[in-house]
Amino acid sequence: MSFDAEQTTTLLTKEFPQNILDTKEYRGETTLVVSKEQILNICSYLKDQLDFTFLADLTAVDYLEVKFPRYEVVYHIHRFGPECEENVRIRLKAELAEGDIKIDSVTPVWRGADWLEREVYDMFGIEFAGHPDLRRILLPEDYGPFPLRKDFDVRNREASKRSFENALEEGAD
Amino acid sequence: MGVNSDPLLGGEGFLTTTIEAFANWGRKNSLWPMPFGTACCAIEMMGVFASRFDLSRFGAEVARFSPRQADLMIVSGTITYKMASVCRRIYDQMPEPKWVIAMGSCTCGGGPFDSYAVVQGIDEFLPVDVYVGGCPPRPEALIDAVMKIQKKIEMKGAPVV
Repeated sequence: MSFDAEQTTTLLTKEFPQNILDTKEYRGETTLVVSKEQILNICSYLKDQLDFTFLADLTAVDYLEVKFPRYEVVYHIHRFGPECEENVRIRLKAELAEGDIKIDSVTPVWRGADWLEREVYDMFGIEFAGHPDLRRILLPEDYGPFPLRKDFDVRNREASKRSFENALEEGAD
Repeated sequence: MGVNSDPLLGGEGFLTTTIEAFANWGRKNSLWPMPFGTACCAIEMMGVFASRFDLSRFGAEVARFSPRQADLMIVSGTITYKMASVCRRIYDQMPEPKWVIAMGSCTCGGGPFDSYAVVQGIDEFLPVDVYVGGCPPRPEALIDAVMKIQKKIEMKGAPVV
């Protein structure tokens, strides 16, 4: 019996009829829009029941004025099938409205989500509830703004300069 | 420096100079660089140290990875603000007298990275002696920069602290 993305969608929709908000198929890529409250349950189901053992990427998008809700957290997950044709990759999207940018962490499901979620937090300020160590990963720890938000001026170096000055002072002792 | 090999003086000869000129002559012919490579320019810098371009012809081949043993800092590569404090601290740990080469467009003025994270020229936090443009500069350009440092040492001596 072969296993493909279509089957994944069918099984998921049967298991979570209320929480699969949209399904898109484009050039062989399957995208499911899911409700953010159930993200942890959906991911657990995908991993434990359907063998999606690999979280390939976890990132976010800020649509600002393009779309409502403003943010989307994107999960690319992969299933290594017993046969080459049964390898399946699907994309999950969870929408987050401005003012409530919090979502459950998927670190209990895939340990590898740890640094990916930290990077999303670093760049977008999206908080992951239940993350074991939610700190900035790339920018200095005392850096204030979240630079990948579309309302951040990419040439604004004020926060960087402030962190630089602080780092120099700390080093002076 | 004056050279005298008058036979009346025994024929062996001697030279007259000042301590300062003598010290600077030594300094300029044995620069010990501290390579601070953070990006692609560092690859060109390695090329300069290696046999093809051979910086040892100019007495500056002893790359020191401890700032305490170096007197020339070659900053080659994009410097972010997070790296800038490290760069400054390493510079501070170098003993006087010391010189700085800013190698490549990034160190000279930010290069293509006009962004929130990148320092728009390392002269924001370091006293730079020679700027080398290019992305990355040819190895010959870095050799020229080292020779300009040598000339500067010869003409002006060690920087006054």
